[in-house]
Amino acid sequence: MSPQPNPSHPKPHSQKEASNEERADSRHFWIRKVVDRFFQILSILAAIVVISPLLLVFVFLLSSGGSSLTWDFLTQLPKPVGETGGGMANAIVGSCILVSLATLVSTPVGVLGGICVCEYGDARLRAAIRFTADVLNGVPSIIWGIVVYSWVVLRMKTFSGLAGGLALSFIMIPLILRTTEDVIRLVPSAYREAGLALGLRRGQVILHIILATARRGVLTGVLLAAARVAGETAPLLFTAFGNRVWAAHLQEPMAALPLQIFTYAISPYPDWHRQAWAGALVLLALVFFMSIVVRALAKGKSQ
Amino acid sequence: MSASASDPKRAVPASSEGADPQKQSPAFQIEDLHVWFGSRAVLHGISLNIPSHQVTGIIGPSGCGKSTFLRALNRMHEFTPGARVQGRIRLFGDDIYESSGDPILLRRRVGMVFQKSNPFPTMSIQENVLIGLRLAGTRNRELLEERLEEALRMAALWSEVKDRLHAPGTELSGGQQQRLCIARALAVRPEVLLMDEPCSALDPIATAQIESLIRDLGQRYSIVLATHNLQEAGRTADRTAFFLEGRLIEFGSTKKLFTNPSQKQTEDYLTGRFG
Ligand SMILES: Nc1ncnc2c1ncn2[C@@H]1O[C@H](COP(=O)(O)OP(=O)(O)OP(=O)(O)O)[C@@H](O)[C@H]1O
Ligand SMILES: [Mg+2]
Repeated sequence: MSPQPNPSHPKPHSQKEASNEERADSRHFWIRKVVDRFFQILSILAAIVVISPLLLVFVFLLSSGGSSLTWDFLTQLPKPVGETGGGMANAIVGSCILVSLATLVSTPVGVLGGICVCEYGDARLRAAIRFTADVLNGVPSIIWGIVVYSWVVLRMKTFSGLAGGLALSFIMIPLILRTTEDVIRLVPSAYREAGLALGLRRGQVILHIILATARRGVLTGVLLAAARVAGETAPLLFTAFGNRVWAAHLQEPMAALPLQIFTYAISPYPDWHRQAWAGALVLLALVFFMSIVVRALAKGKSQ
Repeated sequence: MSASASDPKRAVPASSEGADPQKQSPAFQIEDLHVWFGSRAVLHGISLNIPSHQVTGIIGPSGCGKSTFLRALNRMHEFTPGARVQGRIRLFGDDIYESSGDPILLRRRVGMVFQKSNPFPTMSIQENVLIGLRLAGTRNRELLEERLEEALRMAALWSEVKDRLHAPGTELSGGQQQRLCIARALAVRPEVLLMDEPCSALDPIATAQIESLIRDLGQRYSIVLATHNLQEAGRTADRTAFFLEGRLIEFGSTKKLFTNPSQKQTEDYLTGRFG
């Protein structure tokens, strides 16, 4: 008779049992620790993968364009073809004008649209507007260029800063609309109710309470949209068109950084290539600056 | 309730002397009030008269329709999709659901304080109190300052905030925020104040402060106080209505209702047999 281990047999040493459990616990502990470490390393790797392109772009642009980023580059007009030197002052200013113009046009439309989706209208209208905004967000930006070309440029019979700004604003409107809607939705309905119960009119509640509460978020959305279109090239190709001298007014072709970079980069002249790098660096710095402002705003909001 | 008569907070002149002749007539006359959300009836024909210059408590278990009832009194259901109100409600004789009536004007006569204090987060204490007047078109600075102090005094908050009127309203403690909301509602000089469980998110001390405030204000305003805290109704209300599943079961003086209810359901609720 071989002694069979009997599982139902009560263990005589409860002390020992406890220590067994402890041992199992500590084994689990080690496994957990290893798994933990594994995921930690994994997430660090992921972070590196995400951040490295940004660093690479920065380093690359700095090394290729940094030396060409001179005072002249920032303050002078392009030199005639064949001469070296000159700068992109008109393109830098042009980009700022185009983006400001687009912001000016798209902010009221986008913000009002966002308010409309949240506060007014019946559910079906709201869903329709939201769906439209989503579709518009997905429209390739060159399409906006074509649309504005056929609507505005052909009719005005000239490329113009106005057309360029309009093309950019079409890209911004759905972006602003959606962020406005999102941040307004975050405003607790308790504030809306308190305002209405005080005898305020609907519009007053929206303006003085809801928009006031969500203003940072709205501003963040506007800036993000502006940063997004600051680098757009395609919609400007046949709207703003580009200009090698200062545009006297908005009804003239206007220079823009992305356009100038594009023209210079595909040119055969080494000096222009150099300037294209410098232009790219300025553009990136511009967008980077906007993102920092956005971050500061977003941080202020959470406090 | 007379203990509060010597309260130093009550240093402000009565705001509506003209209301005295109406003291006898009820603030709200409610006849056969029904409210539906979609196809679901929540209030099934409520009729009662809410007396003026008194605190009327509304008690009942959660979901019995207290908030729904209050919100019918200032037409707040108009913002709830699918909500439908039927019946007649008169505020000092004026039919509030009359099609010619402006709900904006109604809401200036009927203030509301909510369960969770909700001072506007972008505004200072002063701006919070004055927003109702400002947006109603009052520009006179002196008048605004006068009303600011009056409202804050009536809300028993003046001494605590008079040195920091420009601080954000959200910087105050929970109880102070709730009193700020009361001041905000009082600044437009309403005739009636609806309070929907104003103390349920507060600690006992802040609750005691607000309750004593409610008793004081009840002598000058008509207050409708919804609460599921029986002690609170017992301490503050002159008359109490008991709601159950969207019906008014019993309405009478608080003392009578609490000590000698005429309905079996009221008694069951008060003794904690359900709810
Ligand atoms: N907006 C709404 N849509 C649909 N149903 C609602 C809505 N508001 C309230 N109800 C329903 O109406 C009933 C009464 O709600 P109400 O908020 O008036 O109750 P209450 O007595 O205030 O309860 P509590 O003490 O919990 O605040 C509940 O059954 C609730 O589900
Ligand atoms: Mg309620």
